[in-house]
Amino acid sequence: MINSTVAEISAALAAGDISSVEITQAYLDRIATLNGELNAFITVCEDSALLAAKAADEARANGLDSPLLGIPLAHKDIFCTKDILTTCGSRMLHNFVSPYNATVVERFNDAGTVLLGKTNMDEFAMGSSNETSFFGDVKNPWNTECVPGGSSGGSAAAVAADLCAMATGTDTGGSIRQPAAFCGVTGMKPSYGRVSRWGMIAFASSLDQAGPLAKSAEDAALMLNVMSGLDKKDSTSIDRPIEDFTASLNQPLKGIRIGIPKQHFAEGLSREVEQAVRDALTEYEKLGAIIKEVDLTNSHLSVSAYYVVAPAEASANLSRFDGVRYGYRCEDPVNLEDMYKRTRSEGFGEEVKRRIMIGTYALSAGFYDAYYRKAQKIRRLIKDDFDRAFTEVDVIIGPTSPHTAFKLGSKSDPVSMYLEDIYTIAVNLAGLPAASIPVGIANGLPMGMQIIGKYFDEAKILNVAHQFQQHTDWHKQKSTAITAASGES
Amino acid sequence: MALDKTEVEKIAHLARLHISESETHEVTTRITDILALIDQMQSVDTNAVEPLAHPLDLVQRLRADKITEEDQRDKLQQLAPASEDGLYLVPKVLD
Repeated sequence: MINSTVAEISAALAAGDISSVEITQAYLDRIATLNGELNAFITVCEDSALLAAKAADEARANGLDSPLLGIPLAHKDIFCTKDILTTCGSRMLHNFVSPYNATVVERFNDAGTVLLGKTNMDEFAMGSSNETSFFGDVKNPWNTECVPGGSSGGSAAAVAADLCAMATGTDTGGSIRQPAAFCGVTGMKPSYGRVSRWGMIAFASSLDQAGPLAKSAEDAALMLNVMSGLDKKDSTSIDRPIEDFTASLNQPLKGIRIGIPKQHFAEGLSREVEQAVRDALTEYEKLGAIIKEVDLTNSHLSVSAYYVVAPAEASANLSRFDGVRYGYRCEDPVNLEDMYKRTRSEGFGEEVKRRIMIGTYALSAGFYDAYYRKAQKIRRLIKDDFDRAFTEVDVIIGPTSPHTAFKLGSKSDPVSMYLEDIYTIAVNLAGLPAASIPVGIANGLPMGMQIIGKYFDEAKILNVAHQFQQHTDWHKQKSTAITAASGES
Repeated sequence: MALDKTEVEKIAHLARLHISESETHEVTTRITDILALIDQMQSVDTNAVEPLAHPLDLVQRLRADKITEEDQRDKLQQLAPASEDGLYLVPKVLD
């Protein structure tokens, strides 16, 4: 049952074929077997998980029923979880036990889900390989010599290796979609403002958005139903009518207009990924879709603009880590400045420090117009490109990443790592929703396809993803390496 | 734009980071590389473009000026590396 979708587990729980305690124990056993190798979890909450599962079973016995009641999940370690270690992948917060729950966590708790643990991630969500974590690399379940992607690498690996039924992630420049692609799972970054950011440790506040990592588009829809909605504690949370994202999953795609950005099929894209996405487009044509080329003229500038906007916002957000109120403090500071500087230099890893430096420079006196203001203007151009394209098409489809997962330790130069997110970053700058779904396997590693939608058109993206998954089985493929290692049949 | 060692030290100070002598060269090189990537955006003329600070046109929500949070000082201060009598302790600022 552990390799089943949430929808399937939910049906089995409702029918009484399995209890939440049984399925929770099965995931905990699986974590005990495989986490040593994969390092997907930073914290496993065995005791509280079993208590929550028992409570879910009792609630069900008392007549309660809801789609996620008793379903075991994992939260990325960026979400504050009351009385549970919340590290954000950093030494700075290695000892931080959160006094409160993030809104996302609270909503899943209210839905009756069972928290198995907190997943590993790039430090403060800054990375595309999960190699910047203070708690060590996460291994890709398809090939443990490869990265799982990042920054939500632990969540993607946990879902792919059946260490949980579903997991949360966050996406600032591709941090849900790229690991989803590398690990062969379904991931979605909702529209900016759709999901509350309260209690989600801030990286770049105008870009950060939480979303689901799951085994199918249907599961992602079930998760989004719980995650999304107005939260007065987040001033950028959007007040929109409650939607059921599963309602339109089965809508036929006949006549849907799919845009293909020529810039996403240009130099740098691997042959295998291009072929897999083109094959998927052929599948969509069979389902009645109309394929049309669109022009995202300024997309080549997205990485440049992002590496001003995101570090600038990060340098401000991370100024709160000063060794005074919580987290790490250096030993024996000689004075206040020494305490700030050594706490931050010892508490943050290299990549985080690098981005704080870039952001500080971009915002420093005399450089604001040349960097931050310029990047905001580019951001406008990028948004305008999407607005124009969406007057002609309903969704935009392309590759999620230029290639499959790369080897651990193979990208030591930051700029080449930054270019990993070349197809995903523009979506965050524009604030649009987008998903990545499995679209093929090359050399034993999964490949992902990105589906970008209009603002608040998550339902359409999930419909397009679900229809593909009804006609193909890429999302059901599993790594044989892991299946063999754990002795599962 | 290439940075020199003095500029890197100045930025590190503004960010309250300590960069050791042995790291300065590497940090300077990396940041210079990243700035070269960023500078690609200078190739586009944006004089007539309005900056976009935020993807959505939002209006700040307002609320009544009333205390709604409960006092959790004791609980929150338990998280501090050093506190005493409801105060956060830091190294002496004045002699």
